[in-house]
Parts: sequence; C-alpha cells; structure tokens
Amino acid sequence: MANIIISQALDGGLTFYMPKKDLEEKVVSLEFNESGKWGGELKLSSGQSYYIDPMEQPSLPKTLRARRMD
Amino acid sequence: MSNLTKDEAQALIQEVLEVYPEKAKKDRAKHLAVNDTSVENQKCVTSNRKSLPGVMTIRGCAYAGSKGVVWGPIKDMIHISHGPVGCGQYSRAGRRNYYVGTTGVNSFGTMNFTSDFQEKDIVFGGDKKLSRLITEIEQLFPLNRGISVQSECPIGLIGDDIEAVSKASSKEIGKPVIPVRCEGFRGVSQSLGHHIANDAIRDHVFDREGGGNGVEPGKYDVAILGDYNIGGDAWSSRILLEEMGLRVVAQWSGDGTLAEMEQTPKVKLNLLHCYRSMNYISRHMEEKYGIPWVEYNFFGPTKVAESLRKIASYFDDSIKAKAEEVIAKYQPLMQAVIDKYKPRLQGKKVMLYVGGLRPRHVIGAYEDLGMEVVGTGYEFAHKDDYERTNHDVKDATLIYDDVTGFEFEEFVKRVKPDLIGSGVKEKYIFQKMGVPFRQMHSWDYSGPYHGYDGFAIFAKDMDMTLNNPCWKQMTPPWKASAEADQKAVA
Ligand code: SF4
Repeated sequence: MANIIISQALDGGLTFYMPKKDLEEKVVSLEFNESGKWGGELKLSSGQSYYIDPMEQPSLPKTLRARRMD
Repeated sequence: MSNLTKDEAQALIQEVLEVYPEKAKKDRAKHLAVNDTSVENQKCVTSNRKSLPGVMTIRGCAYAGSKGVVWGPIKDMIHISHGPVGCGQYSRAGRRNYYVGTTGVNSFGTMNFTSDFQEKDIVFGGDKKLSRLITEIEQLFPLNRGISVQSECPIGLIGDDIEAVSKASSKEIGKPVIPVRCEGFRGVSQSLGHHIANDAIRDHVFDREGGGNGVEPGKYDVAILGDYNIGGDAWSSRILLEEMGLRVVAQWSGDGTLAEMEQTPKVKLNLLHCYRSMNYISRHMEEKYGIPWVEYNFFGPTKVAESLRKIASYFDDSIKAKAEEVIAKYQPLMQAVIDKYKPRLQGKKVMLYVGGLRPRHVIGAYEDLGMEVVGTGYEFAHKDDYERTNHDVKDATLIYDDVTGFEFEEFVKRVKPDLIGSGVKEKYIFQKMGVPFRQMHSWDYSGPYHGYDGFAIFAKDMDMTLNNPCWKQMTPPWKASAEADQKAVA
C-alpha cells in the first residue's frame, strides 16, 4: 500500500502522483467513475495498474491509499 | 558545424558509451537519448537514479537541496548547518539569492551558522551542543524570526534527536525551531532535499499556532513559488505581476520571510516557477487549502507573454486586460533588444546542462535571440521534467541525464556548440577547451534573467560572452606563426 494523489489533469483526465517515488503518470482508465462508486482498478499510461478501494467520488486532488496490482 | 542528424547523434552516443565497462554501459545508455519528435508519447530517459560509482558527476546532496536551495534564502530565519563546519562554509553565499535587510541584524542570508561538530560530538552526541547553540543565537541575534536545523550527514549516522531538541528550544525561545532531516546521504541527489524541505514546511510552518494572521487576504493574492531571487530574479518577476494588478504576498523563497510562508495558504493562486523544487508543497496546498497552482516561465519575451496570459486566465477580465497592457508596454522595448542582439547571435548553437528547471525553461529565451539549443540535460530531474522537456526541444536534440564529465566533454567535442550553459564545476574545462561558457546556476555574477528586464541583461550577457574577442586569441603565438609559415610554404 502506498500513498498516492489523484488530481484533475488540464486535459480533463486524471493524473496519478506517487510522492514516495516521484512518479507522475496519466490515468488512462478508472474502473468505477460514478458519484456513488468511484475507484477500483486504475490503469496508468506507463502500463502499471493500481487498485483503490471504491468510495464516494472525492473532491480532487485527494491523497489515497493504493495497492499495486501487477 | 552543421547540426547532427538523428542517426549521427545516436552514433555519437554509442561511440561515447564504448569506453565504459559492460555493466556501466548498459546503465548509462538509459540516461542518454536523442529527441525524436516524430513519435507521439516518446519514452523519456531514465532519471533520478543513483549515479554510477567511479564516474564524475555534478550532483549535490540532500543537505544542499534543503539548506542551500529551499530554506537558505528565507532571510529572517537562522538556518543552522548542524554537523561539521565544511558543508555550510564551502557553500556559503554561493547562490547569490539577493535580499533586502541588514545582514546580522534582521536578515541572515549570507551568514553561516554551524554547530561545528568535533570528534567528541560525534562520540557523545551533539544534542546538548545544539540546544546551547540555539540559546546563544537567540542572545546574539534577537531579531531572528525562527530557526531551522539543517542536518548534515553525521547527524543521521549517530542518531541525534534533533526533533526533541527543537521542540524544547522552541519553547525556551518562544519562536519556531524547525528540525529538517536532510542528511546528505539521503536520496540520489539534491532533489530529495527539496522534497524533505517542502515536507518540513508543510509540517512545521503551515500548522503553527499563531502564525500567518498578519495580512488581510485579498482576491488578487498570489504567491511566487520556486523563485530563489538569484541576482534579483524574483524582483524582476514580481514587478510584472504587480503591474498586471495582482498582489504578491509571498516569495518562496528568494528574499522571502517566515511570515510570507505562513500567509501563503490564504492566496488565490500559487505561481510555480521551479517545478522540481516546489511542486510538492504546491500539491499539498492544492489538496489541503484548495489553492490551484500554475507553472510559468519568465525567460524571454515569448514565454513571459505566454505566462502572463496563462496566469491572467485564472482571474477576472480586469486582470486579463491589464496583462495585455503589460505585454504591449514592454513589447517595443523587447523588440529593441532583439533587434540589437539577434543579428550578432543568430544561428549560434547552445548546449545546456543545469539543475532541474532551466534546461527546458531557458530554451525560449535563446530562441528569441535566434539561437538554437542542440543539447540539454538535468542534474537531478525526474521523469515528469523530461516529459515536459520533450515538448520544448527540437528534433535530434541530445538529451543527457546526470551526465558524466567524460560524456559531456565528448559531446561538446563532437557537437561543437558555440556556447555552453552549465555550472561552475564545468566552466573552466570548457573555457580551456576554447568554448564560450555561461554559468547558468547563478548567472555568472550577473542577473536577473527573469522577466522583461531580465531578458535585456540575458541578451547582453550572451552577446558579451559569445562575441568576446578573446576567443580569437586561442592559438598561442608560436603556433600561430608556425601555421603562417606552413601557409607560406604551401
Ligand atoms: S553529503 Fe553530507 S557531508 Fe557532504 S556536504 Fe552533504 S551533508 Fe555535508
């Protein structure tokens, strides 16, 4: 588990940022993206994927706990 | 010399890598690349990795990143270089962060405070010494607004508890005493020092009780982040922002104060110049206080105008209109500068190798003068910096991360740039090779280079260096006459 920050990107998508590794990546897909259920599997432009527990849609940017999936 | 093509540049990299042993070669190959604009989303070079043992690199340490870069310029605080005397003394006042104030009375920027560790402090621990030191500082410099304890390597090694001392001392003197765990051995370069310093500000400055209640917040409040006022850079940026109607309440950290930092969580927009060293705190303020941040670039009129418009777009129409006025006002002045220097500099090729921001930020300023950047690289950038760089550089530009002394020299020998912009450690090698050189960390005792006023100075400096008659005197007289004789014979 690691802390990550999800924020709104300028082009309307999401950005994934992991302070520990200073990793900034675009989010290419998010499993659940509704106001009541948000989160799940998160695919990054680098090909990695992470998992965040589904939750109410938070206001961004937000620090979350994420788990590496691969 | 004509520009290298992509293939030639690739071949050059291969050739340079040849001298390394197999393992080193494999590792260094990942840090060198040729920019290829034909592919979308091109892969970035590997960065932010430990340098290879045995090669000469130009990086600093985490202490340098925290004390030297982020904390050091905060002028009304005293920054103790905690540990042996050398780390602070050899870097003292080297960065030329200008400030106003009376040094030794209410400002302490160019002074060096150290706990001067001796053998017995290493053996028995230095906590007592530190707390004595803080009491003494308070006596001698009562106008200081706070103290930060910047750990050098030994502190982490012997396991001193600077947090506890800071807490107790803070109570004693009634001012913030901020422990910063920026021991030099942490991380791979000064970059982690920036991060640690940012985190220390987050933990100890923002949440401090009784801090930051000074100024009534206004609707045009902005803060300049990541401008260290080198040669007055922040000042020449600040006047432009003020001219367009914004109120600059804080400068981080060039000519900055503790009170300014405490005020920052109340601003409307954070303006981020050096992304590398202050993106952490910007992200934090965005999340915690909902303050958006915007990256800008104040090198060269094209980028300044672009940035002013970008900044103005976060505010109402009156600011937008005034931004246009500012741009229009300076346009003729800048045209005059360009008319004067462009003919003398047109077509010249530049190679850069600087810290974490300028390798991409100054490209626009060179292009305004008709010059071309043919190679660029960072000491301590991360992947996101290289991503940003890819948009700024042309096709077939050499990109080198954490370049080694050998690689840099070989690149210069082959690419034959007309000018190199890098740091003081590289300066004399290249000058001796007969290549004009500008020191792009502290502007070679010149500056400011930011903003419109800065560009005029930048252009003058580049011209002065490149067209200096001394470069024609590189052949010693005895060789010159031999050449003349040869010509006569032939
Ligand atoms: S690496 Fe350690 S000893 Fe060297 S300058 Fe940095 S803090 Fe000082």
